[in-house]
Amino acid sequence: MQKRPDLIVCEECDAVYQRMPLGEREIARCLRCGAELERDTGKRLQHLLPLTVGALILFVIANVFPIVTIELQGLSSQTTLIGAVVALTRDGMSEVALLVLATTLLFPLIQLGVLLYLLLPAARATRPPGFVLLLRLMQAARPWGMIEVFMLGILVALIKLSNMAEVIPGPALWSFGGLTVLLTVVVSFNPRYLWHLWEQQQAEQFGDQGAGA
Amino acid sequence: MSRAHEPVSVTLAEDEDLPVADAASQGVIGCHHCGTVWQGATEHEHCGVCHAPLHVRKIDSLTRTWALLIAACIMYIPANMMPVMVTSTLLDEQRDTILSGVIYFWTSGEWGLALVVFVASFLVPLFKLVALGILVISARRRSRWQRLQRAKLYRLVEAIGRWSMLDVFVVSVLTGLVKIHGFANVHAGIGIAAFGAVVVLTMLASLSFDPRLIWDDAPPISTVNKKQEPA
Repeated sequence: MQKRPDLIVCEECDAVYQRMPLGEREIARCLRCGAELERDTGKRLQHLLPLTVGALILFVIANVFPIVTIELQGLSSQTTLIGAVVALTRDGMSEVALLVLATTLLFPLIQLGVLLYLLLPAARATRPPGFVLLLRLMQAARPWGMIEVFMLGILVALIKLSNMAEVIPGPALWSFGGLTVLLTVVVSFNPRYLWHLWEQQQAEQFGDQGAGA
Repeated sequence: MSRAHEPVSVTLAEDEDLPVADAASQGVIGCHHCGTVWQGATEHEHCGVCHAPLHVRKIDSLTRTWALLIAACIMYIPANMMPVMVTSTLLDEQRDTILSGVIYFWTSGEWGLALVVFVASFLVPLFKLVALGILVISARRRSRWQRLQRAKLYRLVEAIGRWSMLDVFVVSVLTGLVKIHGFANVHAGIGIAAFGAVVVLTMLASLSFDPRLIWDDAPPISTVNKKQEPA
């Protein structure tokens, strides 16, 4: 089989197009189904590493500190994300606990961790160990990270409680808010461009071989 | 700014769809994982860039989507009938289902919130079940009906699916938070497990559905431009 870098295939309807160079911030869409074919990543890639580091710092804060404290008749109670997962497990809901753990902690962490590892300057010079496996893992995790939904969930829960108890927001609440914003930007970067980024570098180093395996 | 790539060799056909070259009919496969285009590749060969197996269409797409969809429909019943949350206080014990939670918000004057929860927890899952059902049935019949609208419908299902996890997270936070001994205790109800299952099953169903099937049997067109063939 032969690689055709001059062609682009629509992911959603299989239409074939001649690849055209994109201008700054341009997006190519499929003429038939309207799906996005390709977008110019340009400068966004440079911003991606600092955004990823920022998101990871917020991620740690969001998970270490309590999200919220409630006070009722002089008694208080607080929880972290892990605390909620443990409480679910104690209620005999270990499947739900696992789902919450995976969608709010495990999958976002995989995405951010892998992205950081692959974007580090040292890793960009050569193909780092585990490149193929990690990038595929990251792409598989992409639909399952749900921090922004969790954030909305926290807000709904707080409004629900505000009628019957005093609600004191914790540091993790603000961190989840910031994390929602940062992750929206980071996740909107399609990891498939990392494949091509690495390929371009390889082509520059060894000269373009054109054909693949 | 938006600009499209040049479609490969368009010939006009008398059909409502824009006739474009279909990768499968051109003997090229776009890797589902990294997007690299391969010519002369066969099914199950591995992509030279990312090593993912190459497929013309997702494997057993309709059968898998259908099976996951039926499972999701079955779980949808306990998800709405069983309590998702049990609140016990000194005086009484209150069992909430998804809809009774919405009604609680509505009667206590939180209309906006009632609407958010109603949309995310009730309408979105129901919409996904119906939409995926329509997509699978019409793709199986190789229907030419409303192809563009169906493609958009699929994109919408993909985009909104995750938001129905909202109620799972609300119950999780409340379960973790409200643990004041003697006064108030919140426990997760069995309904939330069923509800979580509906969300996961419908997400898996939409991931296994291949939107290319919507366009199969679209108007035929001529082959790839000869001048574009590699030397």
